[in-house]
Amino acid sequence: MTKYGPYDPTLDYAPGPAPTRKGGGVETPSWKPLHMSRRNFLRGVVCSGVVIGGSAYLFSTTTPARSDTRAVERLVRLTVNGRTHSIEVPPNETLAHTIRYRLGLTGTKIGCNQGECGACTVLAGDTTIYSCSTLTHRVREVDITTVEGIAGPDGALHPVQQAFIDEIAPQCGFCTPGQVVTAVALLKKNPKPTIEEARLAMSGNLCRCGAYDHYLRGIMKAAERV
Amino acid sequence: MAYKLIGKNFTPPDIEAKVTGAATYAEDFRADGMAHVKFYGSPMPHGRVNNIDLSEAEKVPGFLTALLPDEVKQPESPVGQAILSDEAVYFGQPILAIAAETEQAAADAVAAVRVDMELLPFVTNPLESLQPDGPNALNGINVAGQGIDFQELKWSGRDFALAGEETLPLGTPALEWSFGDIEAGFANAAVIVEESFVHASNAHHAMEPRSAAAYWEGGKCHVWGSTQSTAFAQPGLANLIGISPSELVFVSEFCGGGFGGKATTYPLMALPALVSRKLNGRPCLLRVSRNEEYNNGYARAGFQGWAKLGFNNEGRMLAADIYVVQDLGSTSGFPDFNNVGSSAIIVFQPEAIRFRATPVLTNTVPKGAQRGPGENQAANMLEPLLDKAARELGIDRLALRLANAPGGGVGAKYGPDQGPVTSAYLREALEKGAEAFNWEERSKQSGVRNGSKVRGYGIGQAYHTAGSNGFDGLLRITPDGILHVHTGVGNLGTFSYASTSRIAAEVLGYDWDRVVLEYGGTTRHLPWNLGQFGSNTNFTMTRTNYVAAMDAAQKLKEIAAATLGGNAEDYELKEERVVKTGDESVGMSFAEAAQKAIETGGRYDGHELPEDINPMTVASASAIAGTGLIGVAKDNLPKEGTVPALAAAFVEVDVDVETGKVDILDYHCVADCGTVIHPMGLAAQVRGGAVMGFGLATSERHVYDPQYGRPNAQSLYQAKPKTYLDIPTQMGWSAVDLPDSQNPLGMKGIGEPLEGAASSALITAISDALGGHLFNRTPVVTDMILNAAEGRPQSHKPLATNTV
Ligand code: FES
Ligand code: FES
Repeated sequence: MTKYGPYDPTLDYAPGPAPTRKGGGVETPSWKPLHMSRRNFLRGVVCSGVVIGGSAYLFSTTTPARSDTRAVERLVRLTVNGRTHSIEVPPNETLAHTIRYRLGLTGTKIGCNQGECGACTVLAGDTTIYSCSTLTHRVREVDITTVEGIAGPDGALHPVQQAFIDEIAPQCGFCTPGQVVTAVALLKKNPKPTIEEARLAMSGNLCRCGAYDHYLRGIMKAAERV
Repeated sequence: MAYKLIGKNFTPPDIEAKVTGAATYAEDFRADGMAHVKFYGSPMPHGRVNNIDLSEAEKVPGFLTALLPDEVKQPESPVGQAILSDEAVYFGQPILAIAAETEQAAADAVAAVRVDMELLPFVTNPLESLQPDGPNALNGINVAGQGIDFQELKWSGRDFALAGEETLPLGTPALEWSFGDIEAGFANAAVIVEESFVHASNAHHAMEPRSAAAYWEGGKCHVWGSTQSTAFAQPGLANLIGISPSELVFVSEFCGGGFGGKATTYPLMALPALVSRKLNGRPCLLRVSRNEEYNNGYARAGFQGWAKLGFNNEGRMLAADIYVVQDLGSTSGFPDFNNVGSSAIIVFQPEAIRFRATPVLTNTVPKGAQRGPGENQAANMLEPLLDKAARELGIDRLALRLANAPGGGVGAKYGPDQGPVTSAYLREALEKGAEAFNWEERSKQSGVRNGSKVRGYGIGQAYHTAGSNGFDGLLRITPDGILHVHTGVGNLGTFSYASTSRIAAEVLGYDWDRVVLEYGGTTRHLPWNLGQFGSNTNFTMTRTNYVAAMDAAQKLKEIAAATLGGNAEDYELKEERVVKTGDESVGMSFAEAAQKAIETGGRYDGHELPEDINPMTVASASAIAGTGLIGVAKDNLPKEGTVPALAAAFVEVDVDVETGKVDILDYHCVADCGTVIHPMGLAAQVRGGAVMGFGLATSERHVYDPQYGRPNAQSLYQAKPKTYLDIPTQMGWSAVDLPDSQNPLGMKGIGEPLEGAASSALITAISDALGGHLFNRTPVVTDMILNAAEGRPQSHKPLATNTV
């Protein structure tokens, strides 16, 4: 019998072992929750008309388990867009949360909060990071740049920003701050990328509007101008 | 005619804020003392709440209040969607909401709530619900949909037995219509193709989840919401909150993607307002997580279907017999099924057709419109069948499509009653695309193998209705001479709120930099406009802006005549002046005329309004009355017939038969969208629509575990929208650019078919690389390609849903 570990809300599902049927036929592969061991238990109960309590589903709540680290806030010095802030931040807070909710810099977006989309991309030094998946306390030694820090102090747009405008790259614009930050980081490291290099560098930034082609055109145009 | 603004590129006024991070979306709302709202989502696909125990939740530090189902308005219909419900009909459905001082405290409190629920029978596969003893998604109801009474409908065991495992059972349909003699059509056909197929459901996954914020002040409720539409969303949201529209201040300046899933308002948008009311109006923010967005953010409807198509020797479609079973989700959903039938008619112009549909409720996320709802699934399901017919007839696949596609402008037929269309140039789009793509020469490479890669070519076509009428236009010229165009269209990301406003500037002869757009919230005094959905904006709101501008033009002339003598007809508009025809020295600037309008009052400055405009427009025009010359009118222009948006696309792929990977090498799409307003904006839509279509064709799908009714593709990496690495290096486009007959400047919409043309072209291209193998299942995923390439059976039954 398969052993399942304790329920971990961050690991929603994993492919279960391929079930086999009597007679050797293979069932349609389906994913199963880690914490459920008897696939047909519930179905059987429902079909026999017996009402059961919802407790069988208790472990599959849609909200994450209650946080057990209601840890005390600790003072941290954080440098964002050249300004140093002294703020109280609990050890389990993410950088995305800190910059959006404590510093009021809402340009950085949260698209997934789980490291999948890149909307929350900021620079730590010259390196792009997903701020939703970085603890604030981990970056207290590093200069952080958000999309608000990309334009010049006089408000002059960065060539990447201007080129994105010229190419009508943003559509809904929700992924755009992340696209801008990643593109700026790319051109810092590689001022004359090929389109393939640009594509690879940008691949951690999803765009549901599908504006990839226009962002790439923008980057190539900006590279000519930098 | 040479235009000053139409057909020219421009920089939309909101785009700079998007690249600097200054653009504020609903979740960017901040206020002192703002509370955070979280909701408890149902842990089961169908269950009744017996008891809610808040005792532990209330002890969580920072807990403020809870909102329960009996405190909110419940839908009148059993197939409606509740804001909070004590009978959950899908996994993740909001049952209660909690507000707390911080988001973490709210989440902790939600986790501490004890909800005692009783599991009820549930179903995730529509065909299972139609079985003689199959479960119903709702108590005693399993079939519903627009124009269909909700009911329990079961097919007989005989229906299922006769069909066998590979064919859709053709049981009693909930809806049926037809025209022409299909029996005669099939009798005369040289080739008949008959297939059953499945189209998966898939998530919208807008990058911005549907977060919302609200507060109450001075007797009014203020809501920041994420929606594609501004004016059109307002009455519905007020209704959900339980107030009159005049009591709602609604802000939706930016929307981080909708694709139909945020077409107007939706229940979750009302939640922070209702919680805020319990807290005496304290500002409340509901940040919706990616997971919650997946569970509650609607989805494209899936289908199980069957089609029989008959063609003559030239490839002309003589008869079509189509039956679809729609996965409606857990509410009355969206009538995608209707659109399958109507798009088959407009795209193929069959001589006879019978269409049957049965929309079935399932305990899955409520289905909403998703870009080309029904039309794009139709393209993916039916275009491969055209290829099969062409192969059997031994004619070119392009030739078969040309034999059926509507062209030449008017004359094509729409709908079961074979009504007129306002313009259709699909044939021209196919011809133009084939030439640009060099179809004839290139498609000869079809099937050529290079290492493990096989070349394939595909053509896709798609349709959506593209325009409506009867809405209002509102603009004003202020005494500084500036033109303010008030537009209630939302800001979905197509920039059409701006491009359609340029029509007013064009009519009045304005320089674009002297035009200010008033949009993004009810405080900007918006006219009653249709929402930004259904590819309608270009047609509908160029008309409203046109009639408002014509009204302003007439008033300018009347003011000039009253001031300078003569009749209004003696005057014309030139360079922001109203001047006497033939003697330009007699005239006045728009600025002067605006000042005169204020002095004259009455209808000139908005103190008297047309009787036929909507109450929302009346309120907005009254609010700005006396501030300038007001142009305001209802669109009463003639509109006879359906406005079709059409697109044709061409794709070149390499299919790796050892890995199943598909490389899209080249893409070209031609849009039939009437006169082009904004070329760069159109280019962005053509390419973006294609990227979305590639996902629809090959990777995006919902997967519900049939055992537990739990969704298993909740994250982006599981739902698989396309990335930078999936797009072709070439994405060409063009437009037929022939004017529509029923729009004063020839415009019509296009957004949706751009996706369906791309997805169906990609599916037919993959099929072509595999020698014409029909998958009859969308998306065509890597495993399916590998199985087909190696001649293995697929791992799923032909009509199974929720396959991976
Ligand atoms: S929000 Fe951080 S990666 Fe999506
Ligand atoms: S522009 Fe909308 S997600 Fe990228």
